[in-house]
This record gives sequence, structure tokens and C-alpha cells, in this order.
Amino acid sequence: MRIAVFTRSTPDTAAKVEVDASGKVTWGDAATVVNPWDEYALEEAIVQAKNAGGKAAVIAIGAPMHDEALKHSLAMGVDEAYRVWDDALEGADGLAYATAAAAAIKQLGDVELVLFGRDSVDVGTDQHIYATARKLGWTMLSYVSKIVSIDFAAKTIKVEKVLEQGKQVITASLPAVVSVLKDINEPRYPSFIGIRKAQKATIPVWGLADLGVTLPASAARVTAFKNLPPRDTRFELISGTPEEQAKQLVDKLLEEKVL
Amino acid sequence: MSAIYVWIETFKGKANPTSWEAVAAGRMLGASLNLPVTALVFGENAAAVAQEAGAYGADNAITCDDATLTQFRLEPYAALLTQLVKANAPKAVLAIASSRGRELLASSAADTDSAMLSDVLDLSANGDGLSATRAVYAGKVLSDNAASGAAVFVTLRSRAFKAADPAPKDIPVTTAAPALSEAQISTKIESFEEAVGTVNLSDAGVIVSGGRGMANNPANAPAGVSGDAATVWKAQDGFANVLQPLADVLGGAVGASRAAVDAGYIPYVHQVGQTGKTVSPDLYIACGISGAIQHQAGMRSSKVIVAINKDSEAPIFKMARFGLVGDLYQIIPALTAELKKRLGK
Ligand SMILES: Cc1cc2nc3c(=O)[nH]c(=O)nc-3n(C[C@H](O)[C@H](O)[C@H](O)COP(=O)(O)OP(=O)(O)OC[C@H]3O[C@@H](n4cnc5c(N)ncnc54)[C@H](O)[C@@H]3O)c2cc1C
Ligand SMILES: Nc1ncnc2c1ncn2[C@@H]1O[C@H](COP(=O)(O)O)[C@@H](O)[C@H]1O
Repeated sequence: MRIAVFTRSTPDTAAKVEVDASGKVTWGDAATVVNPWDEYALEEAIVQAKNAGGKAAVIAIGAPMHDEALKHSLAMGVDEAYRVWDDALEGADGLAYATAAAAAIKQLGDVELVLFGRDSVDVGTDQHIYATARKLGWTMLSYVSKIVSIDFAAKTIKVEKVLEQGKQVITASLPAVVSVLKDINEPRYPSFIGIRKAQKATIPVWGLADLGVTLPASAARVTAFKNLPPRDTRFELISGTPEEQAKQLVDKLLEEKVL
Repeated sequence: MSAIYVWIETFKGKANPTSWEAVAAGRMLGASLNLPVTALVFGENAAAVAQEAGAYGADNAITCDDATLTQFRLEPYAALLTQLVKANAPKAVLAIASSRGRELLASSAADTDSAMLSDVLDLSANGDGLSATRAVYAGKVLSDNAASGAAVFVTLRSRAFKAADPAPKDIPVTTAAPALSEAQISTKIESFEEAVGTVNLSDAGVIVSGGRGMANNPANAPAGVSGDAATVWKAQDGFANVLQPLADVLGGAVGASRAAVDAGYIPYVHQVGQTGKTVSPDLYIACGISGAIQHQAGMRSSKVIVAINKDSEAPIFKMARFGLVGDLYQIIPALTAELKKRLGK
């Protein structure tokens, strides 16, 4: 039995990201890191796999830069890593992504639970997660803050799910796709031995032919990246005693019509 | 006949008011494509909410008020939406990019092999398809997107579109049968604990946020509370008794930096930033927040930013329209008092 988790490499959160003259997104020489939200999914996969006596497998769909995130996952203690890549995936949309992701899960064969982070800090369209669940035809449980219990034999799962208005306890059947929030655990740091092992690991790369799928035509695409419009750089320092500052600020805010 | 579908999000039989922004976006598309706007209302009280959608600009509505749909569950909601899309072939399906809107539309888009544009900041018809702008890389960069195909699914960033002023009118309503019976639904809600004093930062027009600086509260911790516990007590007291009253006079919500959340000063639901909420209020007041790039990522699209910080070199001042250098524990109470006086509260 396997628990799978999807991840990707994203630019370090402190990186200055911009669009260069050729229209490409760049982040200079800033490092890429494992998507911060995925650390919680990876930790949960490691823990749940250990509890169940199964294996944790991590998958990235993407170009070689995503090996970074896979190596980090291995260093944390995930058992296996795979990368899915094919030229046909370049610039493909969420539907294509989900088709490849579902095929990779089928390829692993014995997966009962797929974990995702809340979203990725770069592309930021959690649509991948839900689309993958639908393509698999599995139960989708999103915004999970706690896996209360899993019974792999009975194929049931019980979770706590956070809504805008509160918290639900939900039971559902396995196999399932679960996206997790940061409340779920405290991700471990990679150990020294883990890092050494991960450095030496070779990561199998699956093409679409290996997965036996063809992609649907991408009906959504990015036509251009652009930099943010220039910020309003007007700045006014408001000084004086706290009472004077307060009075001046209220005057200004009323002038700006934001109150 | 084709239409623009707009899913109206409800909770306990009441519409989430940001859904009216989605109706407005639907009308805008409908006007350029010459299509009517159909409100989709599922669950308790659907008929009344449908008429309310009419007041905000929907031309007609499809409702399904079935016991399986009382509380939002993805399985029955997505199955019903997918069934409606397959049967009626709308040109577009819109909803606000709330957590439910995102998962519902993405699921149904996958079921129908349709294109999806998530969390868009603007939207327009473009020939046979749709165009939209999205914020990517934590809002550091924008992308232009195009989508085509039979139906395009779109979720809209809240506050990116303006709701119309309501004008009551009667609209025709069709009722739909649910797509799944309870026996076919695997997810069961065992219990629900409603949060007290919920914050919906994404919808707030004014946000007052506190950071690590909230710990420097001059108030004394109760006897017996010392060390780290005293620091946490002071910061919590500051959030509850200094920041909250300011948010209250402004009719706004309280936000926080990650440093404040991680230190246990305030729950995670309040966190603004790259690993918290992305917000775009008209007014954002940052108190005792240095302005790290990960914090900026969540609040940079605020219209007017006010920074209150005792360190005149703090990076937050580079983003601010107005800067107040000083102790937040002196400035905020003065500001709250002044606002009460001026706004007549
Ligand atoms: C992967 C990752 C993700 C992150 N995601 C987020 C995120 O989503 N959101 C986020 O906010 N951060 C995030 N961070 C953390 C971010 O880098 C900063 O550490 C954090 O924003 C700092 O919070 P702060 O400004 O409250 O604290 P500090 O940087 O410590 O600033 C405190 C400020 O308070 C001022 N101050 C102190 N006392 C007073 C007083 N009495 N009156 C007025 N001013 C006072 C100080 O001058 C100082 O400027 C993330 C970091 C990483 C690595
Ligand atoms: N190309 C990818 N390969 C593997 N995982 C991904 C990929 N893109 C997104 N994810 C994961 O899917 C989740 C949602 O990401 P996103 O849809 O990009 O916001 C996050 O946990 C991401 O790490």
C-alpha cells in the first residue's frame, strides 16, 4: 500500500520575481525550494505510511528543476520519488496536469491516499488538486487540518475540515485525495543522513507513453506574463504627538475617501 | 438556449454577499455575449435566495432545495453542477473564488473536460473565448490567460468585481432534481463546530493587522503569569482590546503577520501573507509589522496602506501611503478615539 503526495519546486518565498524583457518569469539567482505548503503533506504522508506499514511516494510533474523538491522530500524521509515529464506538458493547463497526475497514481497501482498541500505559492491554482481527484474518480477532502483516523482495511477515513465558518468532522470512503492545511502537523527537517541519501538517489522520469495516456488539448493557456503596474509611490510621513498623528491621519483618510 | 451560469454560495440558507460580485461579472459577460445570466442556488432556502439573485441582476435561476444539499458537500454539489452543464451547455460558469467555489468549479470543469480560469482579477469576452488576468508568484507577477471551448469555468477573486445595487424584481425559477441520492454520497458530515467571531479577511473592506510588535503592550500581565506566557498574554490582550476596537469602529477585520500567529498571539485564520490569506481591502493598517516580502505578498494590492511602526527604517514604510512612526500602543487608542469622534460612533 502506498500513500502518494504531489509536490513541486517553487522560487524561495523571499525571491524577487519579475518578468524580463523577453517576457519570461525570472527570480535571478534566488534558490528554489519545495513548495512551502507541501511540507505539511509530505510530513503527513511519512507519518501515515509508517502507521499503516506502507510506503510514502512523492511525485512531481514538471521539468528537471522539480527534482529539487523531490530530493527535499526524500531527505525528509519519503520512500520513493518519481518525476513525470514530457514536452507535451510544457505550458499545458490544469486538465492536462490532472490527466497526467491521475495516470501516475494508476501507474503506482496500490495507492489508497493522495495528499496535496493547500496550493502552490507560484501558480496558485489549487484546481489541480480537485481535477486530479475527479479524474481518479476518488473522494475529495479539502482544507483538512487533521486526519482523525484511517482504516485501510475497511477503506474509511475520518478528518477535520476547516471552513470559513468553522470546523467539520467528516467521514468518507477510501481511496481519497486530501489537501492539508498547516495546522495538521509540524514538518520535520531533513536529517543529515537523509540529505546524503537523497543526493545519491536517481529519480525515475516517466513520459506520457510510460503512463499510457495522451493529453486532452489545453483549452486554457497563459498568453503573457507581465510585471505589476507601478505602485502609487506617494508617501506621507505623519508626525507629532499620538493625538496629532491620529487627527491628521483621519483627515487624510477622509480626503482619500477610504472611510 | 445558452447562458452564463453563476453559482450563488450559501451558508445556512443565506447567500454569501460576495456572490453578488459574481452576478455582476456574469452580467458584464452576458451583455457582451448577448446571453442571459442564470443563478444556480443549491440547498436550503434556495427559492428565496434565487429571488435575491434576481435583485442583483440574474435573469433567471435554477434551484435545487434537497436534503442532500443542506450543508455544502463537494460530491452532491459537483454532481449536480456537472449534470446541469452537460444538459444545458452554458457558455461560462462563474463563482467567487472562496474555498467552496474553487473546489466546486474545478471539479465540475474536470468532469466536463472544460477550461478553467481560477481566481481571476478581471474577465472579458474575447471572440469565442474568455480572457482574464491572474496574480501569480504570490502576487509578484500577473499573467494574461485565454480560455476557449464549450463551457469555461471561472472563479473570481473577491472584491475584484463590484456588485450592483439591488433592485427587487421577480425572476423565473426552474427547479432541478439532485444528481445523487444520499446512498450514493460517500462523505458524511459527523459534526460541525461553528467558529465564534469568524473573520472573513478576503471580503473585508478594512483590515487592521498586528505583528510581533503587539507584544510590547504596556499593560501588566495578571499576577502569576510571567516570562513567555506574560508576553503572549500581553500580545493577545493587545489584539483583543487595542486592535479589535479600532477594527470595530472601521467596520473591518483583524489580520496578523505570521510572526504573531506562530508566537500564539492570534489564531492562524487571521494570517495575511504568502502562507496565509491574500487580501485587497480599501484600507490596510499594519501595526507593529516590519513588512517582510512574504507579508507583502498577501496585502500589496490593498488600495491605501497605513504603516504604524516605531522603527522608521522598517520596510513596511516603503509600501505605505501614510506612515506613522511611533508606539502603536499610544497611536492606536488615539486613532480609535479620533475615529469615534469623527465618524460619530
Ligand atoms: C516560507 C515562508 C512563508 C512565510 N509566510 C508569511 C506569511 O504568510 N505572512 C507573514 O506575515 N509572514 C510570513 N513569513 C514570515 C516573514 O518572513 C516575517 O518573518 C514575518 O512577516 C515578520 O512578522 P512581523 O513583521 O510581525 O515581525 P518582525 O519582523 O519582528 O517585526 C516587528 C515590527 O514591530 C515593530 N514594533 C515593535 N514594537 C512596536 C511598538 N510598540 N509599536 C510599533 N511598532 C513596534 C518593530 O519595529 C518591527 O518592525 C514567511 C516566511 C517564510 C520563510
Ligand atoms: N507540476 C506539479 N507537480 C507536482 N505537484 C504539483 C505540481 N503543480 C502543483 N502541484 C501541487 O499541487 C498542489 C496545488 O498546487 P497549485 O494547483 O499549483 O496551486 C500543491 O500541493 C502543489 O505542490
